[in-house]
Amino acid sequence: MIEVRKLVKRFGLKNVLRGLDFDVQAGEFVALLGPNGAGKTTFLRILASLSRPSLGQVSVAGYKLPAQAAAVRRRLGVVSHLPLLYGDLTAEENLQFYGRMYDLQNIEARINDVLDMVGLSARRRDLVRTFSRGMQQRLAIGRAVLHDPDVMLFDEPYTGLDQDASEMLDEVLKNVAAAGRTVVMTSHDLARAEDLATRFDVLSRGVIAASASRVELENSNLLTFYKQALAG
Amino acid sequence: MATDTPSANNIRVSASPSAAYFRAVFAVAWKDLAAELRSRELLSAMLVFSVLVLLIFYFALELDIKARMDITAGALWVTFAFAGTLGLNRSMAIEKDRGCLDGLLLAPVDRSAIYFGKTISNLAFMLVVEAIVLPLYSVMYNVNLFHPGLLGVTLLGSVGYAAVGTLLAAMSVQTRTRDVLLPILLFPVIIPVLVAAVKASSGFLTGAEMVEITPWVNILLVYDVIFIAVAFMVFDFVVEE
Repeated sequence: MIEVRKLVKRFGLKNVLRGLDFDVQAGEFVALLGPNGAGKTTFLRILASLSRPSLGQVSVAGYKLPAQAAAVRRRLGVVSHLPLLYGDLTAEENLQFYGRMYDLQNIEARINDVLDMVGLSARRRDLVRTFSRGMQQRLAIGRAVLHDPDVMLFDEPYTGLDQDASEMLDEVLKNVAAAGRTVVMTSHDLARAEDLATRFDVLSRGVIAASASRVELENSNLLTFYKQALAG
Repeated sequence: MATDTPSANNIRVSASPSAAYFRAVFAVAWKDLAAELRSRELLSAMLVFSVLVLLIFYFALELDIKARMDITAGALWVTFAFAGTLGLNRSMAIEKDRGCLDGLLLAPVDRSAIYFGKTISNLAFMLVVEAIVLPLYSVMYNVNLFHPGLLGVTLLGSVGYAAVGTLLAAMSVQTRTRDVLLPILLFPVIIPVLVAAVKASSGFLTGAEMVEITPWVNILLVYDVIFIAVAFMVFDFVVEE
């Protein structure tokens, strides 16, 4: 579903990604771990077609980036630590707007489904700026799944959430993954990643330093695996 | 007529790319206008600023009727230009601050649709301000501004201003110094529009012959067409990292 070969990303003289290889099979939930500055967000922005690779090949859902970016975007949902929502529009109006941008038909029915999924049906006519951070993040997930994408990218979705909001987000993320979508999520929260993901990749110094499936980690500890990957 | 085609999954999308393009343009414009109707933060800032500029001109200059006619076009376009800059800055800052620009860029449409949507909404904000400033100026300075030619020039000048301003605002919003950078980038590029608009407006107000006014109107028309075409071609590169 995602295939990355020898990906390099440079900002001026600085190489943020240095020949990174990465594969994700359909239906996998990959937790992309790594310290601050490892290049996780840069990598996700390239997968999302928001940034161009300096070198290397990237394909998502069978389409090459950046050449077939529009086709990739139609199959991609992105959630970041920013909600990507308009505070002066209601929850429903935000989803209507994004539905029009994706040229969806039967938008109203789809909005009903999505608001039910993220538990915000009762607040559909409220302005988004009156929502708590947790509610905004749930609506952000609703926005990202509105067009029923095959691939979901989550960039630190738990940033700024309190315990209750994080637990609610856990449930929404499990629903997203249970629908058979391919998910890549960056996170600093190892416990949450361990709870949700089926595979764990550690990004360090611009490459994937280690990768292990849930099965491979069964008799080990994710924190130990993570520390060893960074040390190695 | 658009027909249904399967999208990535079971959500259906229109099969007509041109219809999808225009729907995206109007979705962006609708979103800006709806949000502004609620908050009124952009229009109120532009209006307050415009009224303050008019008051400053009013108290700073002791003008007889002839002098008033002479400075009217300049005073009006200075007001529109500065108020327009405020609006352009704010309009793009709203997109950047909550990450919404990324949300727009993730949509599977040609990115020029985002540009045209933003340009339409920026133009609408400018026209609302102008629709209030013109009668106000007319009353304050006892000058009749309701000349069809002047209104046409105001529209053409505003189209050029919004077309260039939206493109440059999309550029400057990516920088830390966006508030300062936009006027520095915009005013040198917009000089042909301002000069032509002031000359044409002044011509209509002083009852000059059409043969004197037409070249300035032509400059406005050509400028509008060229910059809309340039923006259509380069917007994708401007907004990409």
